[in-house]
Amino acid sequence: MTTATPTPSKPWQASNKDRAIDGAIFLAALASTYLLVNFTGLNGKLAYFLTFFIAYAIITTAFKGIQRGNAAAKDALVNSLVAIGAIVTVIPVASILLTVLQKGLPGISFGLFTHDMSLATPTDPLSNGGLLHAITGTLTLMVLALVMSVPIGILTALYLTEIKGRFTGPIRFLVQAMSGVPSIVAGLFILSAILYPITKAYSGLMGALSLTILMIPTIARTSEEVLNLIPNDLREAGTALGGTQWRTVAMIVVPAARSGLVTAIILGVARIAGETAPILLLTGGGDKVNPNAFNGPIGSLPYYIWKSFNAGSPEAITRAWAGLLVLVGLVLFLFTSARFLGARKVSK
Amino acid sequence: MTTSHESENQDMQTSVKPSSLADVAAAKAPKTPGTSVLGTGLETRGVHAWFGKHHALSNISLDFAAGTVTALIGPSGCGKSTFIRTINRMHEFIPGAAMAGEVLLDGKDVYAPGTDVTKIRLQIGMVFQKPNPFPSMTIGENVLSGLKLAQLKVENKDELLEECLERAGLWNEVKDRLGAHGGSLSGGQQQRLCIARALAVRPQVLLMDEPCSALDPGSTLRIEDTIRHLSDSMTIIIVTHNMQQAARVSDYTAFFLSDGGPGQMIEVAPTSEIFSRPQDSRTESYVTGRFG
Repeated sequence: MTTATPTPSKPWQASNKDRAIDGAIFLAALASTYLLVNFTGLNGKLAYFLTFFIAYAIITTAFKGIQRGNAAAKDALVNSLVAIGAIVTVIPVASILLTVLQKGLPGISFGLFTHDMSLATPTDPLSNGGLLHAITGTLTLMVLALVMSVPIGILTALYLTEIKGRFTGPIRFLVQAMSGVPSIVAGLFILSAILYPITKAYSGLMGALSLTILMIPTIARTSEEVLNLIPNDLREAGTALGGTQWRTVAMIVVPAARSGLVTAIILGVARIAGETAPILLLTGGGDKVNPNAFNGPIGSLPYYIWKSFNAGSPEAITRAWAGLLVLVGLVLFLFTSARFLGARKVSK
Repeated sequence: MTTSHESENQDMQTSVKPSSLADVAAAKAPKTPGTSVLGTGLETRGVHAWFGKHHALSNISLDFAAGTVTALIGPSGCGKSTFIRTINRMHEFIPGAAMAGEVLLDGKDVYAPGTDVTKIRLQIGMVFQKPNPFPSMTIGENVLSGLKLAQLKVENKDELLEECLERAGLWNEVKDRLGAHGGSLSGGQQQRLCIARALAVRPQVLLMDEPCSALDPGSTLRIEDTIRHLSDSMTIIIVTHNMQQAARVSDYTAFFLSDGGPGQMIEVAPTSEIFSRPQDSRTESYVTGRFG
């Protein structure tokens, strides 16, 4: 005798009827929003959004209340509020990206990435000039800032997690406080401490120094969190095998945390990619590709955007939006790669 | 001649059907301590340990003859793990830790001023409760990691790799995938990998802190086999909650107990005696399962 295999089912999922009811509630909220906005004094996009959210929350709560009682009503209310909160968060981000895309795309062309502005002014037609100097400048600043801040940031994190010396508390506090330093303060500090008294000239190095100040806390704090996730067993195992603390950290702890540390570095870069204030103060913003970061003014994307918007002509403003699009694309790329690298967990 | 004798001995062992822990302990091939070239073993004299103000361990004096297996048994929290961690100086990593007494390895106190701690830990290896292969390394790299950590030079790495894995009873299972990550092994295999890793730096003494508590019975038996083999060439101290295991693998057994105060050693004797005629009534209650 053979036993019949039952068909697999998922009794915990919403039935078609439940889904139909949810859909109906959604439609009812939409309809009432439409009626309310059209037959009262409300108008505009904001009114639609607001009325819809309120209507949706009220209708679901009322419906669940009638169907299943008081507790279910409260549950539905909180659920819809949470969903509204999440959507409200996404709306500005999405609309910013959309705007940048809409206004920036017309300004994007191949020539943009092959020319600099040394022979063009922001008010020239779009076919003249490009933002090569800004892209190379931003990359130069990033690389310089990376070279300075990665060792300092990661060593700070190692001090906080591995050495745990007497100054751990104060240093952690200072690093946390530093991550709140406004970027203009970092810029002014380098301006008054180094640029005016010592070098007396704009250069990429000055900009990179101020970016380093902003980058170190991000790298240090993220790295600290990553290193804290490494199980203590591994450190003990390394020490029990006759490793000194330094060898154990270098051979076992850091490699085990590698992907997390890469994420920390990328988050640091993303933190500074769009920094404008210190760049305006310190780099001088040249219009020509300047491969030497230690001498002469150097362009950058934020500076290019700021300068083009200031020029005010329609061409210049299109240039600014195109620059914005390139910058946002760069930051987005960095964050995506950070998420991708971070998602590959420490292989157990 | 020797082979026939050995096989006879084996037959005898397999034919014995142990009915009690005492029989299990007695059924092992007898072992005469201190006959090999393993140094003179390990000795602790009046070892105390504290965590902050908490006095965790009181006055432990024990002799571990070279080439023997000693099991430390006793209920949780009686200081067994703390004790073995004082032996290879891992105790000092806990903030607020303190100790008193002497731990003599070949007659020299490992706590003497000027002692190179990393050398001590090379001579006294350790296997932890939870298997902890290094996640960023392959199986082969894991085994040889001790050499890199301590910056030791070896002439033939492949030979050493095979020898250590062989002795840990893992070679046949991993010889075709030495490049795979340590984490891809099963729990029992990982623990044997950790044993192989500890062996690669050729320790005189091997400390094992409940090495089988996270493992299934099959893996446990494999590791017990490994321990029996290893005891020919090193001194082993094993903390265990499993009295069957203590009876199966150890030559000597020490019983630890805490009566609310610091952990103390109640009794130490050859394993067969601890399980057949313990001197202390508390030991007897514990080994017969009346508490703990």
